[in-house]
Amino acid sequence: MRAIAEGLFTDETPPRLIGGKDRKSGRIVFPCPSTATHEPVPLSREGRLWSYTVQRFRPKSPPYAGPEAFAPWVVAYVELPGEVIVEARLDDVAFEDVAVGMPVRFEPGLLDRNDPASSHIPAFVPAELPA
Amino acid sequence: MSDVCIVGIGIHKFGRTDGLSGLDQGVHAVREALADAGIDWPQVQFAYGSSDAAGNPDTMVDRLGLTGVQFINVRNGCAAGGSALFSAQMAIKSGEFDIGLAVGFDKHPRGAFNALPAEYNLPEWYGEVGQMVTTQFFAAKIMRYMSLFGISQTSLARVAEKAFRNAVHAPHAWRRQLVSLEDILEAPLVSDPYTKYMFCSPAEGGVALILASEKKARELGKPLIRLKAATMRTRPPHSFEVFAPSVDVVADDTKPRPTASRIASADAFRLSGIDPGDIDVAQLQDTEAGAEIMHMAESGFCADGEQEQWLAEGRTEIGGALPVNTDGGCLACGEPIGASGLRQVYENVVQLRGHGGGRQVPGDPRTAYSHVYGAPGVSAVTILER
Repeated sequence: MRAIAEGLFTDETPPRLIGGKDRKSGRIVFPCPSTATHEPVPLSREGRLWSYTVQRFRPKSPPYAGPEAFAPWVVAYVELPGEVIVEARLDDVAFEDVAVGMPVRFEPGLLDRNDPASSHIPAFVPAELPA
Repeated sequence: MSDVCIVGIGIHKFGRTDGLSGLDQGVHAVREALADAGIDWPQVQFAYGSSDAAGNPDTMVDRLGLTGVQFINVRNGCAAGGSALFSAQMAIKSGEFDIGLAVGFDKHPRGAFNALPAEYNLPEWYGEVGQMVTTQFFAAKIMRYMSLFGISQTSLARVAEKAFRNAVHAPHAWRRQLVSLEDILEAPLVSDPYTKYMFCSPAEGGVALILASEKKARELGKPLIRLKAATMRTRPPHSFEVFAPSVDVVADDTKPRPTASRIASADAFRLSGIDPGDIDVAQLQDTEAGAEIMHMAESGFCADGEQEQWLAEGRTEIGGALPVNTDGGCLACGEPIGASGLRQVYENVVQLRGHGGGRQVPGDPRTAYSHVYGAPGVSAVTILER
């Protein structure tokens, strides 16, 4: 697995996201800033959908580095309890099944979902099948 | 202390004007404002100019006259116009000057704003994965708000439908054709829950306001439109902002997050000594339909969730208890960043003078409120009184 950037995921299998804990206040942010003010901490794999939208048009390049062929995706804000709310893609879900509060699990996704050689980006998937 | 008054207003039509630069549109607005105030350019003692993407405002002295006038450029995201106005107000309040100009203009390319991560101190990957998109934030913010406070997609559509309907009567607006509630709801989704009619577009336009001390305003014989408050504030802790890779977890997340808008608005009401219930007309940042709804509460006009009923009852219509976005707001005028906040004040002056024509708020309005919000968590508010 090739991460889109250094310092985003832990080396474990399966990996976790790496947040940054402010050494003074204890506040956790994502991604971890490269400055000495923050200590890298692995974040929880399980969380709940805090809010979301669906990206329905291809973002401008640059900065977007995804494939030319566009397919919409879910932009998720996921609350990792007691830690931080992180922004990431939500995969493996029908748009009409997405709902605020649904349980989700961290699973890095391919930037180009049709190219297995593509780099991995922060992403979540539903933790349970929708009823 | 005596009040600062707005004695002249000018505008260049918003939308798309091929062949005219953003600066040209700003100059057009300045000339119109000078004529409205009944003064000539050499009488202008100072100027604050805002433009985000259309060049340095002070270069317009080349067109208006090389009088040696003090001219300061302002860049402050979507609050730029409000910041120019605040600064102009302070220049007069300080006693340094009697009369001056706040001008804003812009000209953006078509399509969504093209922001780069480095401009916002964000890592490159954040843009590469497709999250450097302002519409995602606006959609995610209202999605959360709708789930907490029971706001329906129909209410979002009501806001957009009202905007286009009001704009029919606003000569400076861009999109002036009626669009039905059904067409708004059935249009393609851009970023759920928003369809294409529920987002404003980057645009072009220019606005100029001439400000004067009360003494100077009386000499000019103008009706006294008093700037009772102009505030600009930045974000508090735990807010949810555009381009946020992460958001703080809070103990009680059933309430809306604190925002720069709440602070700017509360301070403006405190400074003016006017209560939200006393406002006769309001222009609220409506870069998307849900923004108007959330800003109704963030500004202090209603409680969170009451908007659903307010909109169903037409309380924010021209003839309602609190008319909101009487010229169609950003949804109908588009958003030239440097000019947008000043357009709201322009529209409020038109309303307080009773010159609104088909969009005039009835009942002789005496107080008017304006509000802008922008990245990365800035807000500017003004309160006018006649």
